[in-house]
Amino acid sequence: MGKRSVQEINASSMADIAFLLLIFFLVTTTMSVDKGLSRRLPPPMPDKKEQKDVEINERNIYVVLINSKNQVLAQGKYVDVANLREDVKKFIRNEGNDPTLPEVLPLSVEIDGRMEQVMTTTNHLISLQNDRGTEYQKYIEVQNELVAAYNEVRDEYSRQKWGVPYSELTDERQSAVQKIYPQKISEAEPKNYGGKK
Amino acid sequence: MAKIRKGGKKSVPAVSTASLPDIIFMLLFFFMVSTSMKEVTYKVDIHNPEATELQSLEKKSLVRYIYVGVPKREFVKHYGSETRIQLDDAFAEVSEIRPYVESERSAMKEEEQGLLTISIKADRETQMGIITDIKQELRKAQALKINYAAVQKMK
Repeated sequence: MGKRSVQEINASSMADIAFLLLIFFLVTTTMSVDKGLSRRLPPPMPDKKEQKDVEINERNIYVVLINSKNQVLAQGKYVDVANLREDVKKFIRNEGNDPTLPEVLPLSVEIDGRMEQVMTTTNHLISLQNDRGTEYQKYIEVQNELVAAYNEVRDEYSRQKWGVPYSELTDERQSAVQKIYPQKISEAEPKNYGGKK
Repeated sequence: MAKIRKGGKKSVPAVSTASLPDIIFMLLFFFMVSTSMKEVTYKVDIHNPEATELQSLEKKSLVRYIYVGVPKREFVKHYGSETRIQLDDAFAEVSEIRPYVESERSAMKEEEQGLLTISIKADRETQMGIITDIKQELRKAQALKINYAAVQKMK
């Protein structure tokens, strides 16, 4: 060792410093992406004005009630949440033009730049009512089934028409399908049936 | 030519750790970029409900959260064990939601104000009464875009 070289800065502790920072970020951050069911609330009711009853044909409404014991009543029948989806799908589609299901009316929709007449249940409405004592999980389950029913109906329509799933359609086609099967879930004004808990 | 020497005084050279900091820094940057800071510390216990048809919330800057659940154990003494609402870092009443939403909205850029989304993070055992109250309050505050936070159901 005759030659003396310029001394290098000792960088061996750099790794430790970086490790410290790394661990700090690992601990303080959350990886999870926020997910959920998106909904749109109806605009607020005008306060003192007379409430106008909107005329809706009885056959166009699908009533879902959830009571404080988390039981689901759909169209006057007690149903299991697992069976709700099929029932709602049948209601939205009304393929056989059943007089007890919503009326099927022609609707002109712009598809791929052309106006097309599509027979669909434009005026249908799903009314969801819950009690103050209903459990949140049940409410989400029912909401989820309703959304799933819509998604499946749209998906089936898309597969039938274009042969591809709804999620792979272009934006314009997606909005056309949305127009044919619009999501119409109405949440009624709150009522208190089951007594305060 | 290469020769195999045996014996000799040569010791095994130490593995160079000079590039270790670089590797660690790379990991560090990955985590810094891909993660977001925890928004708040939860003061209420929340077990998200399960659902299958989930949509992810895209722009975090447009989302504000309302937490609903039973206060965590350390707060039960002061706040009781009834379901409570948490806004940001504090417990709140239903009536505080409207001013909260309005102030949050006015703090946003004007062109983004209409895109404000309220995410309701509620415990799965919450009763709907309080959720309904919150929803009514949000309607009054004209915050109509909402999102019920949920986790993917495992099948």
